[in-house]
Amino acid sequence: MSALDYLQRLEAESIYIFREVVAECEKPVMLYSVGKDSSVMLHLACKAFAPAKPPFPLLQIASGWDFREMLEFRDATAAKYGLELLVHTNEEGERAGVKPWTHGAAYSDIMLTQALRQALDKYGFDAAFGGGRRDEEKSRAKERVFSFRSVQHRWDPKNQRPELWSLYNARKNRGESIRVFPLSNWTELDVWQYIHLQQVPIVPLYLAKPRPVVRRDGRLIMVDDDRLPLSASDRVQTLSVRFRTLGCYPLTGATVSSADDVPGVIAEMLATKTSEREGRGVDKDGAASMEKRKQEGYF
Amino acid sequence: MTNSAKTGVGAGGGREADLIAGDIEEYLRRHKAKSLLRFITCGSVDDGKSSLIGRLLYESKMIFEDQFAVLKDDSKKVGTRGGEIDFALLVDGLAAEREQGITIDVAYRFFATEKRKFIVADTPGHEQYTRNMATGASTADLAVILIDARKGVLTQTRRHSYLAALLGIRRVVLAVNKMDLVGYSQEVFDKIEQDYREFARQIKLEAITCIPVSAVAGDNVTARSANTPWYRGPGLLEHLETVVLPDAAQGTAFRMPVQWVNRPNAEFRGFAGLIASGAVRPGDALRVLPSGRTSTVARVLTGEGEASAGVAGQSVTLTLTDEIDVSRGDVLCAAGAPPEVANQFEATVIWMHDEPLLQGRAYLLKIGTKTVTATVAPIKYRVNVNTLEHLAAKKLDLNDIGVVGLELSSAIVFEPYRDSRVLGGFILIDRLTNNTVGAGLLHFALRRSQNVHWQALDVNKRARAQLSHQKPCILWFTGLSGAGKSTIANLVEKQLHADGRQTYLLDGDNVRHGLNKDLGFTDEDRVENIRRVAEVARLMVDAGLIVMVSFISPFRSERRMARGLVDAGEFIEVYVDTPLQQAEARDAKGLYKKARRGELKNFTGIDSPYEAPEDPEIRVDTIQLAPEEAASRVIAYLREAGIIDVDLTWEI
Repeated sequence: MSALDYLQRLEAESIYIFREVVAECEKPVMLYSVGKDSSVMLHLACKAFAPAKPPFPLLQIASGWDFREMLEFRDATAAKYGLELLVHTNEEGERAGVKPWTHGAAYSDIMLTQALRQALDKYGFDAAFGGGRRDEEKSRAKERVFSFRSVQHRWDPKNQRPELWSLYNARKNRGESIRVFPLSNWTELDVWQYIHLQQVPIVPLYLAKPRPVVRRDGRLIMVDDDRLPLSASDRVQTLSVRFRTLGCYPLTGATVSSADDVPGVIAEMLATKTSEREGRGVDKDGAASMEKRKQEGYF
Repeated sequence: MTNSAKTGVGAGGGREADLIAGDIEEYLRRHKAKSLLRFITCGSVDDGKSSLIGRLLYESKMIFEDQFAVLKDDSKKVGTRGGEIDFALLVDGLAAEREQGITIDVAYRFFATEKRKFIVADTPGHEQYTRNMATGASTADLAVILIDARKGVLTQTRRHSYLAALLGIRRVVLAVNKMDLVGYSQEVFDKIEQDYREFARQIKLEAITCIPVSAVAGDNVTARSANTPWYRGPGLLEHLETVVLPDAAQGTAFRMPVQWVNRPNAEFRGFAGLIASGAVRPGDALRVLPSGRTSTVARVLTGEGEASAGVAGQSVTLTLTDEIDVSRGDVLCAAGAPPEVANQFEATVIWMHDEPLLQGRAYLLKIGTKTVTATVAPIKYRVNVNTLEHLAAKKLDLNDIGVVGLELSSAIVFEPYRDSRVLGGFILIDRLTNNTVGAGLLHFALRRSQNVHWQALDVNKRARAQLSHQKPCILWFTGLSGAGKSTIANLVEKQLHADGRQTYLLDGDNVRHGLNKDLGFTDEDRVENIRRVAEVARLMVDAGLIVMVSFISPFRSERRMARGLVDAGEFIEVYVDTPLQQAEARDAKGLYKKARRGELKNFTGIDSPYEAPEDPEIRVDTIQLAPEEAASRVIAYLREAGIIDVDLTWEI
């Protein structure tokens, strides 16, 4: 048998990370965002614990503005794997009428960051798996695989625990927690290639299909339901589009595309000249915004 | 489709682009077959590390248009290059870094060329972030060490080279940067190369490649530069693409630390782990260490089902033919070639925390999947990284590197670090804060641990205790000087003695006149003071006595260590709680006055901290209680806990 190739090494490393957390933490959970990275993470978790099931539940933070196809896929996936699915929404935010277009940057803070903290506190999880990758963004590039959070869920980037070899320190005092990123060393291409080779199921929104869209601030926003406010000048058109990342539909820009299978998506991705997060509305407020949000407890 | 934004550079760059457009499946096949090189970049502050990586990413077309637009914008706002493109901004990700123009933490970057994939750890130059450099180096196969051509070999160059060599990096590229600022002078380059090779010889770094570059101007980064016609070697990227990679421990004997025992039902019991070295097949004979039991591999399972073999680097689950005891932290090994098992070592420690490492203090040590308690005894020497001199030391401060003796609470499976990063590398964790405070490398087991075995004695603690009709224990009185510890302990002992119990009182002042008369009042000496007393108290418990220890013992860490020496229930912490004001007002020995006048240094409560117990078995408030009442309370506790008036059938 020959030596492992890099994708097999990445897979082995991710599996190792999952097992370390389960062996050393009391109450882990997987943050399941329904995106492609979550799909790969779940696939790896199943491998890590086979023939047993992953010994932790899935947690989805539902903002109320998720794509409908994501919610369908989420429920079907949890049922298929036989895993417990927890869904949490910031109800205060919902009651206060916080909508993607009413509160600007505060929207994602309230409906995602605060909601996540609420959910982690509510269930008392001491470790949460996230699908973050170091190639995504500059402050992520500096984050540890086991990323320590204070009782207030804060990340202190200047004071991270040294992380040598594959010796992860999962120890913490009561109330403190860790975020764990099994895909830290994967790139966007690695994730897609793995999806392709392993035939990992993904939400169909990643593949091109004619969908109703409207142009907003230079981005194509899908009209996923009738809650999206449309003005008289808005023209809803049906275009063949797909999404590079998925979030709240009113904030997620679509890409015009004809790639209706995974190799096609990879070919387009390799030829494209904009980075992955560019389609997400929430990251646009200054280069340091992600770091700031992470310090506050965003994944 | 024109040139791809994310594919290769140099000759043939167009071929991958053509494949992506024409035959994506073939492109993916080729891409998957690429090897992966993990390397670090390090060097002094302002040597241009971030600029070099930014340049590599840019030249290998890893920068997207939107990122480039942000970069242009940022270069104008916060750049250090007068509005020109500042590539360093691509990698300095934290706001604090951008403000200060320095790198604080390791940043991991990813890029690929036609030949290879790369993960770069960009590590900080400032000495205070040496721990982050060690983090980056621990997973790297190669180090690119930058030198500013105008400055030559500096302290940080030596420190980083030493750390790289220590952590087992065998291949080094010396990138002599800013050649444009020395007129691309061969003389300057040759001098630096000579200086560096001289130092490298001393630390046994052998595979060194020296390349003259300019990260800012792009010379010899991706293509050989016309500005250095005298240089005949490869450009940096060409070298990184072609350097021979180390073997992935395929040829060596099988070892797998067990991470997790998989028991979904009564029929299945699998041992999950990542194979550290060698290979494993069904039918292979295995030995479980440290227990030494043997068995045979029944099945090798991967996430995709049953496999014919598992190889180094792979995460697998093994089932065995016998029902034997295996748990997390054990190591499964080839039966014919087992590694050593020991509990005392010589090791190198890199200290990574503001609070120094103290001789005698206990830390948690994690190696592979095993966590044990470790005590450093003694610190043999500290290394001066510049001169490689060995210096005497009683503690290791932040960023110090020292060679130490390590004593572990239980035996572990190990291999020297130079043979195995997995079974030879460890981290040290503070038991109170849970911070990772140090990292280290095991060199060899100390002979005393191989030859000094526990002598199993026939007359044991239980037998001795039964003879004296009592359950032995330690009553550990802690509190400020003048709190009344000795007074209360003395009263307790008198009472016990009158009841016919066998006791002994170890008093701080008295012990310091004899056993501990060589110790002073620094933090290190206080730790050693308590360690010795705790060990003596343990022997006395073994002898069947009720031992009273009356010591200020200001640090939680040492009290916890003492607690760990005896069995559960045998350590009773008595917190003699007196506010500092009260103790100072009493001042029977006049010590507080002296300390306040500055005549007595390191006095607990004045200029040395007292860490109050968080959860003592007994707390006596000396404002509420007279010493006699406090003593009665302790006696009452002993009765309730069954220490005295005991049922003689108790079990140890």
